[in-house]
Amino acid sequence: MSGAAAIDRAAGFDAERARADFPILHRPVRGKPLTFLDSAASAQKPQAVIDAVRHCYEAEYANVHRGVYWLSERATEAFEGAREKVRAFLNAADSREIVFVRGATEAINLVASSVGEALLGAGDEVLITHMEHHSNIVPWQMLRDRKGIALKVAPIDEDGALIMEDFRRLIGPRTKLIAVTHVANALGSVVPVAEICRLGRDRGIPVLIDGCQAVPHMAVDVQALGCDFYVFSGHKLYGPTGIGALYGRADMLERLPPYQGGGDMILSVSFEETVYAGLPHKFEAGTPNIAGAVGLGAAIDYLGGLGLDAIAAHESDLMAYGMARLAAVPGLRPIGTAPGKTGVLSFVMEGVHPHDIGTILDGEGIAIRVGHHCAQPVMARFGVPATARASLGLYNRRADIDALIDGLVKVREMFDR
Amino acid sequence: MTDLRELYQEVILDHNRNPRNFGPLDDHNRAAAGHNPLCGDQISVYLIVEDGRVADVHFDGNGCAISMASASLMTEMLKGRTEAEARALFDRFHAMVTGEGEGESEAGLAEDTDDEDAMRLAVLSGVREFPVRVKCATLAWHTFAAALDKTGQTVVTE
Repeated sequence: MSGAAAIDRAAGFDAERARADFPILHRPVRGKPLTFLDSAASAQKPQAVIDAVRHCYEAEYANVHRGVYWLSERATEAFEGAREKVRAFLNAADSREIVFVRGATEAINLVASSVGEALLGAGDEVLITHMEHHSNIVPWQMLRDRKGIALKVAPIDEDGALIMEDFRRLIGPRTKLIAVTHVANALGSVVPVAEICRLGRDRGIPVLIDGCQAVPHMAVDVQALGCDFYVFSGHKLYGPTGIGALYGRADMLERLPPYQGGGDMILSVSFEETVYAGLPHKFEAGTPNIAGAVGLGAAIDYLGGLGLDAIAAHESDLMAYGMARLAAVPGLRPIGTAPGKTGVLSFVMEGVHPHDIGTILDGEGIAIRVGHHCAQPVMARFGVPATARASLGLYNRRADIDALIDGLVKVREMFDR
Repeated sequence: MTDLRELYQEVILDHNRNPRNFGPLDDHNRAAAGHNPLCGDQISVYLIVEDGRVADVHFDGNGCAISMASASLMTEMLKGRTEAEARALFDRFHAMVTGEGEGESEAGLAEDTDDEDAMRLAVLSGVREFPVRVKCATLAWHTFAAALDKTGQTVVTE
């Protein structure tokens, strides 16, 4: 075992062993071993997830909630079983509180549409932060244009941390919804969502949390948080694309009108009147992503087997190592230095555009994301057009950070000729 | 790294560091803006067109080395050309970086030493091996064409 691997293992988590579960990590890229550092965009899939999706189609596939026949029963069982896994994963009180969606984007659009319809009127305010992903900005702007609500934005400081004082001040009598990210995708900053939920609860304001960048890195308990909505995408949690979950507290979901109309979300339909189904089916019109849900369930099982706390400790060690090594690269400026940040190392390099960094690293088999990360207001806040972002998954090791640093040295050499 | 050194030739790094004809152009009579949302490249091209000729051309903005160098090189090459010559040069450049120009292989371009345009454009031919970067190289040219055509629309390459 090499020294680096020994250190990886010392964190109480065997990243080398976990890597063996991810077939794609073993394929060469551009003639080099793959160094995958873009899990915040989408995580790679363990064999268990690939097998579960395959098994669904090969052995247990039919439409759900419809057939009286054996296969449909099996498929429905697997699909509803996945819902139960998501419930347990978030520690929701009831699996009826878990709505399957395409991803966090659809979940937020659902809430914007249904909450917008039932609870918001002209002049009411939705409070977000300056570090939201576009998916937690644009749906509210669309609602603003449709219903005349106002969007309030809480500022962040130089480190990329939410300024709680200002956040509290921005909560006013017209604030009718708080929608915040749990972990900022471009910065890694962890938002104090428990405190925000308390603030919301004290004032009777529903709180939505975008958990996309949080759930792969930490255990989340929606009851302990006391949030009204919690959303995440499956593909960032090592699950398939096209599946995600919306948690909504039952009493809240009961109050809301459906998002889309169609099959599977009704009790009865006549041309005069339609009676909607109960939770969660009221929000799941049409045939759902059955295999995707099954795959997501398998991803949750897989993470449960490894232990989220062990993963978090491993990644936290990697983050500290990565930040320290990046700091030693000449001309490099980290973007996002909030204490306790998780998952991402965003940075810019003096005299080199992030896109050029990305291309040169790609030549070394290193995959990072470059650009605005669907968070243009964050880029504007830090006065940069784009950043380079290396992000961590459970399968990353110190060796990946070392490869990144070696690659950045090559970038410097290339541009300093 | 061989391909990368082909892409990031010293001429390109030089134009990136010291862009020519950079900054707004007083008295321009045509202009257009271009945007590459993928990497956030933003560019503006300013022209003085007189008697059907590009009397002067400037650009400003920010972006990756490929987009900045391509814009800088473009301004050097366009000055003094007729509109028709300028468009023909764009077509030629476009064919080269997309690999659509049959017979305009990189070697063919570079070896024909009588063809000074081809020699100068060829420094960006390495982009052909990097499909996602082609729009970085063509952004300035598309923006130039929009200015020439007075479309009034921001050029978006994605």
